[in-house]
Amino acid sequence: MKKAFWLAGAMALALAQPATAADSIKIGFVSTFSGPTAVIGNDMRNSFELALDHLGRKIDGKPVEVIYEDDQQKPDVGKQKTEKLVQSDKVDFIVGYIWSNVLLASLKTAVDSKTFLISANAGPSQLAGDLCSPYVFSTSWQNDQTPAAMGLYMNQKGVKSVFLIGPNYAAGKDMLAGVKSTFKGEVVGEEYTVWPSQLDFSAELTKARNSKAESIFVFYPGAAGVQFLNQYAQAGIKAQIPLYTAFTIDELSLPLQKDNAIGIPGAQEWVNDLPNAENKKFVEDYRKKYPGLRPTYYGAQAYDAAQLINSAVVAVKGDVTKKDAMKAEMEKANFKSLRGPFKYGNNHIPIQNFYLQDVVKDADGQLSLKTVATIVKDDQDKFHDKCSMK
Amino acid sequence: MYLVVEQLLNGLQFGLLLFLLAAGLTLVFGIMDFVNLAHGSLYMMGAYFAATFVAWTGSFVLGALMALGATLLLGIVLEYVALRHLYGRDHLDQVLATFGLILFFNDAVRLIWGPAGLALPLPAWLTVPVQIIPGVYYPAYRLMIIAVALAVAAMLYLVVMRTRVGMLIRAGASNREMIGALGINIKLLFTLVFGLGAALAGLAGLMQAPILTVQIGMGENILILAFVIIVIGGIGSIRGAFMAAIFVGIIDTMGRAFLPDLLRKVLSGAAASTAAPALSSMLIYLLMAIILVLRPEGLFPAAKR
Repeated sequence: MKKAFWLAGAMALALAQPATAADSIKIGFVSTFSGPTAVIGNDMRNSFELALDHLGRKIDGKPVEVIYEDDQQKPDVGKQKTEKLVQSDKVDFIVGYIWSNVLLASLKTAVDSKTFLISANAGPSQLAGDLCSPYVFSTSWQNDQTPAAMGLYMNQKGVKSVFLIGPNYAAGKDMLAGVKSTFKGEVVGEEYTVWPSQLDFSAELTKARNSKAESIFVFYPGAAGVQFLNQYAQAGIKAQIPLYTAFTIDELSLPLQKDNAIGIPGAQEWVNDLPNAENKKFVEDYRKKYPGLRPTYYGAQAYDAAQLINSAVVAVKGDVTKKDAMKAEMEKANFKSLRGPFKYGNNHIPIQNFYLQDVVKDADGQLSLKTVATIVKDDQDKFHDKCSMK
Repeated sequence: MYLVVEQLLNGLQFGLLLFLLAAGLTLVFGIMDFVNLAHGSLYMMGAYFAATFVAWTGSFVLGALMALGATLLLGIVLEYVALRHLYGRDHLDQVLATFGLILFFNDAVRLIWGPAGLALPLPAWLTVPVQIIPGVYYPAYRLMIIAVALAVAAMLYLVVMRTRVGMLIRAGASNREMIGALGINIKLLFTLVFGLGAALAGLAGLMQAPILTVQIGMGENILILAFVIIVIGGIGSIRGAFMAAIFVGIIDTMGRAFLPDLLRKVLSGAAASTAAPALSSMLIYLLMAIILVLRPEGLFPAAKR
């Protein structure tokens, strides 16, 4: 009995092996699947899997093989995993990357091997400028764009001064620079906190209150956003100084932030209620496939990455060795993005709209995010001039 | 001026919280000569228990008390089932075994509560800022942490210095074999001490929970600080842990609060902004290194044989 079982197993393996090795599209997916920010990686994986479901689990008639790798939110680990995907798995595409510092560490490996890398979240300024590459595309944004949109909104509101707080790593610096690039009022203070280990922001909040700034801007993705809002509310500052955010309130943090998040505006390129047909289907099917969960912008960007890959492979009729033709096709952004149509800039970063989002109670009585207004239309990042591709 | 007062309070609050964690660690390390890396897991369990019980009972205080009892029980069970078999082994074995426990607790939490973490909301009466001196407001909840931790420190002092159990604990710290030979049930004493340490860690975890989020691995970063504190204060010394925790809390907070502005006077804005957080997080390790050079036994070493 036992022998028969092993034999069957061995046969199944023998049969399965050639099917995947022969002619499939291989995609490596690097994201964070362990530790406190694993929920973000899971959301990206869920959305990517949903995109494959919508594509019938095939790209141009070929089966798709996705290899998920955990970067543990560490640049060195991310680089190792990228090397493994490129050198030993020989993937056709690498997708993912939540964290700018992880992406920057992994970038060279992918570019040197001429493997297409699609960032589904991280958008460090270097990637848009000096380090831009024909093999790198983004389905998200350049880090400065979203906070820059928030800065524009703060001008509209007539805010005169701001105190900036963010984490001390590549994205944190881009984000605060982004607000400063558009905000017309006075920046009275700027604090960076140790990332990702510092979770208590009492010293920074005290300084912000004592600075007499009219407003506070923060960027704290993941669990840090929950902690910041907790402490902001507990210190009573919520009643005194309004808060403006980028990437701090999303569908993953909202169930933990609860009422602390009400009334705090954020800027985003994708919101769950954007009224296009693809987005409606995505949000509905996601909630059906993963009961109890709601998709985030991280997921929407991962979904778009799958669609972008599909468009490129279909254009070359499945011949993934035609890299130039695939690049040319991807530059057209010829797919139905969940955020609505967008164009690529010369540096392969989307030129896109940014929306103002607010926290409201939805029909189920749950807190959810809602589009309030369009802050800026067809916004292009300010680093594209530094990119050598024209 | 007000800014300094507020930042001092922030440092004091952080330090006292660290003291709760370090007190349990120093008792177990000093008296039982046992290295317990899983102390941070007990801190995490305290937070998870509190989030669960507060949601069940609807009362913050009741839920917190239940969580305290649950961590105490968990500590006793853990000592009885696993750790007492490791007392005779060398420190490396203990480190390995308790590191295994960290992995065990992290995955147990993932199975029971899921990977997303929990929120522990505060009751409304604790979310208001309190005016401590005219013009200075301070979060009520952080004041409560200061009050509770000071009360616990005072109680701990009384228990250790003024009661019979405390006498045995101190005797055990100076010479374990001797008090065993005098007919004291040292196994029971160890179980009690470990349970007490677990409850203190649980208390730190549940009090920190509303400020941070309740999440897997929350005890690991803070455990390193707790080890720094017991090294600075002197291993096995409650008084040392208390003083060192307050030092570390205040130095860490003051560094974060004032170092960036100081550096900006010397360096360019961007370089100062980048260097300051890195430097300020190094300050406490610098302090530890200096103390190890000048007083290797720590600031307030426990009396040895």
